[in-house]
Amino acid sequence: MAEKIILRGGRIIDPSEKIDRVGDLLIKDGKVEAIESHLDVKGREIDVRGQIISPGWIDLHTHLREPGFEYKETVATGTAAAAQGGFTTICCMPNTNPVNDNSSVTGLILEKARKGRVSVLPVGAITNGLQGEELAEIGELVEAGCVAISDDGESVMNSLIMRRALEYTKIFDIPVIDHCEEMNLTGDGVMYEGEVSTMLGLNGIPAASESIMVARDIALAELTGGHIHLAHISTEASVRLIRDAKKRGVRVTAETCPHYFILTHEALAEYNANAKMKPPLATSTDREAIRAGLADGTIDAISTDHAPHADWEKNQEIDCAPFGIIGLETALPLALSLVEDGVLTLTDMIRKLTEGPATILKKPIGRLRVGDQADITIIDPSYTWTVSKETFLSKSKNSPFIGWKMKGRATAIIVAGNLIQNK
Amino acid sequence: MNKTVLNKPEISRSLTRIAHEILERNKGSKEVALIGIQAGGVFMAHRLGNIIKKLDPFPVPLGELDITLYRDDLGSRKESPVIRKTLIPFDLTGLRVVLVDDVLFTGRTIRAAMDGLVDLGRPQQIQLAVLIDRGHRELPISADFVGKNLPTALCEKVEVQWEERGEEDRVLITG
Amino acid sequence: MGWMKKDLLALSDLTKEEIEFILKTADSFKEVLGRDIKKVPSLRGKTVVNLFFEPSTRTRTSFELAAKRLSADVVNITTTASSITKGESLLDMARNIEALQANIIIVRHPSSGVPYLLSRALKQSSVLNAGDGKHEHPSQGLLDLFTIIEKKGSISGLKVVIVGDIQHSRVARSDIHGLSKMGADIHVVGPPTMIPSFVTQWKVKIHYNLDKAISGADVIILLRLQMERQTKGTIPHRLTSQSRPVSQPSIIAHVGGGFFPTTREYSRLYGLNGERLAQANKDALVMHPGPINRGVEITSDVADGLSSVILDQVTNGIAVRMALLYLLSGQTNG
Repeated sequence: MAEKIILRGGRIIDPSEKIDRVGDLLIKDGKVEAIESHLDVKGREIDVRGQIISPGWIDLHTHLREPGFEYKETVATGTAAAAQGGFTTICCMPNTNPVNDNSSVTGLILEKARKGRVSVLPVGAITNGLQGEELAEIGELVEAGCVAISDDGESVMNSLIMRRALEYTKIFDIPVIDHCEEMNLTGDGVMYEGEVSTMLGLNGIPAASESIMVARDIALAELTGGHIHLAHISTEASVRLIRDAKKRGVRVTAETCPHYFILTHEALAEYNANAKMKPPLATSTDREAIRAGLADGTIDAISTDHAPHADWEKNQEIDCAPFGIIGLETALPLALSLVEDGVLTLTDMIRKLTEGPATILKKPIGRLRVGDQADITIIDPSYTWTVSKETFLSKSKNSPFIGWKMKGRATAIIVAGNLIQNK
Repeated sequence: MNKTVLNKPEISRSLTRIAHEILERNKGSKEVALIGIQAGGVFMAHRLGNIIKKLDPFPVPLGELDITLYRDDLGSRKESPVIRKTLIPFDLTGLRVVLVDDVLFTGRTIRAAMDGLVDLGRPQQIQLAVLIDRGHRELPISADFVGKNLPTALCEKVEVQWEERGEEDRVLITG
Repeated sequence: MGWMKKDLLALSDLTKEEIEFILKTADSFKEVLGRDIKKVPSLRGKTVVNLFFEPSTRTRTSFELAAKRLSADVVNITTTASSITKGESLLDMARNIEALQANIIIVRHPSSGVPYLLSRALKQSSVLNAGDGKHEHPSQGLLDLFTIIEKKGSISGLKVVIVGDIQHSRVARSDIHGLSKMGADIHVVGPPTMIPSFVTQWKVKIHYNLDKAISGADVIILLRLQMERQTKGTIPHRLTSQSRPVSQPSIIAHVGGGFFPTTREYSRLYGLNGERLAQANKDALVMHPGPINRGVEITSDVADGLSSVILDQVTNGIAVRMALLYLLSGQTNG
C-alpha cells in the first residue's frame, strides 16, 4: 500500500521494543515508517486518541476447521472472527479432515487464507493422520509454510514419538506443541474430576491427566534439547512443574487460554455443554495459579484455542457434545480484565499476545519496529458491549460467555498496512 | 364486609333438626352411615353422629371423604390443592349413606363425592345433608336435609366457622 | 405452599418443604392403593409417555401403573437409539413426542443431564427424571424417604448407612440429597475405588469397613452391584476431535474392571448378613432399590427377614409416583 496511514494520539505500547507513550504512528507501503510523539505528515488520518496502539496480536492456537468441517467454520469466517477479535496473525491447528500432515493440505489452507484479511500460519501435524504412530513429513510441512508442529486435538501418548519429534525439529528450529493429556486417565471423562462432576454424576478427568504429560514433556525437552511448547495449560500442578523447569533452564514454553483464568468447573452446572472443553475448566485454586503463572512469566503466552462446533452438536447429551469453545472474539476483553484485576500490567498483558507468541514462533512479528510489516491492533479499553450470538462473526456460537458484559474491544486492526475497521 | 347469618345456638338447633330428619326418613339408624366431605363436612358429620347416638342407640358408622382427586378442575388452578384424609373404615355396600357437607353451592363437590363413593363400594342409597344451601346450582343436585336456605349473590362468599378449627361456630357471608 | 414446578429433575433442586409436600401427597395415594378399585380420575384424558433409553422393567412398570391408576393414557417407548447411534437426535425425538401432546414425559437415559436438556427444550410437556446416568433417580430417593418415615415416623437424627458403589449410583446420590435435607446422619461404606472423596461436600461420613460403620445404624440402604454390564469400553480417542460426537458413555465392569477383584471378595467385605445386621440397631430397616443380587449385597435370610422393607419400597414406589404425576400435571395447561 503506497497509501500513508497516520494513527494519531494513541497510547503506543510495544513490550518488545519497550515503548509506552502517547504519540503518532506512520505506516507507509505496508510497513511501520515512524513512531513519534507528534508526526507532522499528511495521509489517511485515523484518530486513536484514548485508544491503545499495540503490535498486532498473535493467536498461537486456533482451529479453522477447513478442510473437512466447513459446517463449523471456514478459513474465511475464522479469519473474519480473528479480525473482529483484534488478531492480525493466527496459527491454525492440523486436526482438519484430511489432517494437515502433508503439503497439499498446508497449501490449501494458505490458498484460502490469501482471500482473508489476517495472516494465517499453519501448524503441521507431528504424526501421520494424528494417529501418534509415525512422524509426518515434517520437513515438507515446514517448506510448505508450517511454523510449528502439533498433534493437537489428540495427545501424543507414545513418549518415544514425542522424543523423536523434539529431536527432529532441531533441524528446522520450530516448536513442538503438545496437547498434554494422559488419555487412559481421561477415559471418557467430560469435565474436571471434582465436587461438581460428582454432583452432576459425570465422568471426571483428573488434573493429573494434564500434569503427568507436562512432566513427561519437560523431561523429554531436557533429554533432547528440543523446544517443547505446552498448549492450553489449565492446572496448578502444571504451572508448578513449568516454573520449576524454567528455573533449571529447560527449554520449555507454555500458553494458557482466557477461559482458564476466568472460569472454573462450576460453569458446567446445569450441564452447560458450552463450557465443555479439553483440558476441562478446573478449580478456583487452579485458576489462581494460572493467573499467578501469567504474572511471574511461567506462562509465556495467551492463546484462544478457538474451537467452533455447531449448535446442534453442543445441544445434545453432554456426554456426546464435542469438546471445545470459540474464543477469538472474546479474548481481548477477558485478557484486559487481568489488567483491571491487577494481575498483569497493560504492557505485560500485551506481551502475552505479541512478544510472547512471536518469541515462541521465532518470527519477526509482534512488535512495532520501524521497517517491519505493519501489523497493528487498535484497542479501545473502555468500550462496553454485551456478548450475544449475533455479535459473533464466527460461524459457530459455542461460547460460555454469551450474555456477559465485556469491557474492551479492538476497534480496528491493520495487517500489512491494510486497515480493517470493526463494527 | 361480613354478616353473620347463623350463630352458635342457631347452628346447634339446625343440626339437631337435621339429625331427627335423618332418623325419620331412614326409620332409625340401622342402615345409616354418615360420610363427611373434607373439611367442613367432616366436623358436621361428627356432630350429627354424636346427636344421633343420643337419639338411637344403634351405632352409625362415620367416614371422612376427600374429593380432591375427583375434582374436574385440576390443572386450571395455580397450585396443586392439598389432598386431605379419606378414611372410610367400613364397607359401604348396602348402606344408606348420608353425605354431609357444610355448604351446597354449584353441586360440583357433591358430584365428585358421589364419584368417589361409587369407587369405594355400592351404597343402597346416597342422601345429602347440608348446613347451608346457597343456591346457584350448575348441576341437577339437591339436598335431602337442609339447615338453612340462604339466597346469595354469586360474588359473595359463604364461610362456615367451626369450633373444632379453633374458631367460633358461625356462618358468615363476606363480600 | 404446594408444588409449583413444571418438571421434577433432581432432589438436589428441591427444598425440604417441597419434599415433605410430595410425601404427604403420596400418603393420600397410598390410601387409594388400599381400595378395591385402585383408580381415581385425576389424570383422565392426560397422556403420560415413558421414554426409556435404558432397559428397565421395574421402574417403567411402576410409573406405568401409577399413571394408569390416575386414569391417564400411557405410552411406552423403549429405545437404545439416541444421538450417538446416528439418526434422530435426542432433542428432535423429544420435540416429536411433545408435538403428540404428551403432558408428562418420564425419561430414563444413560447420560447424566439429559432431563435438564429436555426441560430447557420442551415448553409444553413436563419432564420427570426416572434416572439419568449417574446423576439422580429422584422418585427412588423419594420412595426411600417415604418408606423410612412410614416405618420410623421421622428421619431427623437417624443413622443411615448406604453401602456399595456410591461412585456409579444415581440412587445413592438422590438418597443422600433427600436424607440430608431431612436431617439424617448419613454414612457411606464401600471399597475406596467406589467412593468419590468429593461426597464429603454433602456432609457425609466415609467408611471402608462395614462392620465398623454399621454399628448403631437405624437404616441400611444396600446398593446394587452392577455385574452384568460389559467391560469398560475405551473410547477410541481419535473420534473425540470434532468428527462425529463422542461414542457412548462407558459401560463399566465392576467385577475385574478394576474396582474390586471378585464378587466373592465384595460380598465377604460388604455383603449384609445376619451377623452384621445384629450390629445395627434392633429395629433397623434393611432397604434396597432392587433388583437384589442374593448372596452378593445381601444374604437370603436378611432379604426375606423381618428387617427387610424391600417389598414395601416397591408398593410405596407406586404411591410416590402417583403423587409426582398428580403434582406435575397440575402445572400443565388443560
